[in-house]
Amino acid sequence: MTNEKFLSVENVGMEFDTKRGRFEALRKIDLTVDRGEFISLIGHSGCGKSTLLNMVAGLLYPTMGAIICDKREIKGAGPDRGVVFQNHSLLPWLTCFDNVYLAVERVFGATETKAQLNERVSNVLELVGLTPAAHKHPDEISGGMKQRVGIARALSMEPKVLLMDEPFGALDALTRARLQDELMVIVKATGSTVLMVTHDVDEAVLLSDRIVMMTNGPSATIGQIVTVELERPRDRLKLVANPKYIDCRRQVLEFLYQKQLRAAA
Amino acid sequence: MSAVIKTVVAVNPALVSPATAVAAVAAIAVVADEVNKSSSQYAPKLSLVKPQRNRMSRTLMRTIELVLPPLLGMLLLIGVWAILAQTSGDRLPGPYKTWLSAVDLFSKPFYRNGPNDQGIGWNILASLQRVGIGFSLAAAIGIPAGFLIGRVAFLNAMFSPIISLLRPVSPLAWLPIGLLVFKAANPAAIWVIFISAIWPMIINTAVGVSRVPQDYMNVAKVLNLSEWKIMTKILLPATLPYILTGVRLSIGVAWLVIVAAEMLTGGVGIGFWVWDEWNNLNVEHIIIAIFVVGIVGLLLEQMLILIAKRFSHEYKA
Repeated sequence: MTNEKFLSVENVGMEFDTKRGRFEALRKIDLTVDRGEFISLIGHSGCGKSTLLNMVAGLLYPTMGAIICDKREIKGAGPDRGVVFQNHSLLPWLTCFDNVYLAVERVFGATETKAQLNERVSNVLELVGLTPAAHKHPDEISGGMKQRVGIARALSMEPKVLLMDEPFGALDALTRARLQDELMVIVKATGSTVLMVTHDVDEAVLLSDRIVMMTNGPSATIGQIVTVELERPRDRLKLVANPKYIDCRRQVLEFLYQKQLRAAA
Repeated sequence: MSAVIKTVVAVNPALVSPATAVAAVAAIAVVADEVNKSSSQYAPKLSLVKPQRNRMSRTLMRTIELVLPPLLGMLLLIGVWAILAQTSGDRLPGPYKTWLSAVDLFSKPFYRNGPNDQGIGWNILASLQRVGIGFSLAAAIGIPAGFLIGRVAFLNAMFSPIISLLRPVSPLAWLPIGLLVFKAANPAAIWVIFISAIWPMIINTAVGVSRVPQDYMNVAKVLNLSEWKIMTKILLPATLPYILTGVRLSIGVAWLVIVAAEMLTGGVGIGFWVWDEWNNLNVEHIIIAIFVVGIVGLLLEQMLILIAKRFSHEYKA
């Protein structure tokens, strides 16, 4: 964790124009992320955590403040920030291999030969354990496998930051646990900086270095940040009895269910 | 089943939080579902001692359900037709007389006795050729135009009033313009097909492009794809079902219009043939022509549905 302020969100606010006037979704968000850090964004639904992620991705522009990634202001989407979408967003008419190839070709196509590009795709599919399904179409594989292809596609671009929007939200509990374990291995291997939106407390504590907890919208902002001081590699079985782990969970749960409990929710 | 519950708990024994509890319940629900499925799978096998006849009668029933209603419909049509023919006092030929005439007509479909007396086959082919040319031109221009209009908001705003204005115009209203410009009947007929077939393709393609899921466009943005890649890898495949719908509507319209256009322009073609037979007062042939037009239109439509199924990713199992 050298290179302080690798990613910094500075006084960012987001307003949307709606039929009933301006709606302030986010206000005064300040966050800095170190290189190689794993950050989770957690909060009740509608708190704007996905909006914040999309702004870092460059899919939305903040109406106030700025986001700086590796000393450059983010002014649009780009392959330096790999996004894993909540619903995987694979192109159904391309095979898993071709879905990843599309990304690889864009980033490395100008400098590398076709054989090298193919090699990159094969390697990243192997990393997520999908070599046997490489030439299947997305509708021929399970939800967990689709999400792995999504992760592979994001990783294949060798992004500075990996952005994940509830990557495992649509999966069943067992598949989710397996993919979380695999993600920890992959992140360790690639040294990625990760920003992940989640609403799963266990997931947040297990994976993160810091958990950023957001207040309820409208005008949501960062309510509290919990630092998870647990050694890596983390083993979910051993963690359950770990007092630090239990304390982190308690803090997140208290924030979500006492401080930010919504009457409507 | 209990083994699975144990595994779920073993993953996170001390974490009896709401989240894990829900997860465990979900896992059990999945397992229970699995058990239900498998038991229902085995159930019929147990009772599979004497169902052979049962199954045969079931397929028979299904065939009857499938075939009987359309068959009754056709019989009704022929019945009504026969009654009408009977009551009209032989001015309208009945089904049997028409059938005999059709057998005679189709026994030599490709003869040529001068330009105004050619076999039914030549007439159909001439019409199909006009539709083919007019329709292809319309597709060659309409689909790319639809793409541009769907992709560029400025063009959309610019062209939508023109399209709204011209689309409802009856195709035949364009015929005099065609005759004036081309000074010949055949290109004028093709022109009418072109102008009537182009709108559904432009509109459907444009709608398809504008309805490409935002998720895919986000992928394009995140990957920073070039406009060419967006076109070939995302827009075209995503829009293909819409384009094919447009093509199907277009060919339907084109086939509707060709009969009327040929009645006015003359020459060879199914529409002209109808008019010619009217002048000869050969009513059987007019009725045959109606069926021929209907059947060819149906075949064109079915052909395009098959193509649509072949190319659309949504249908791919």
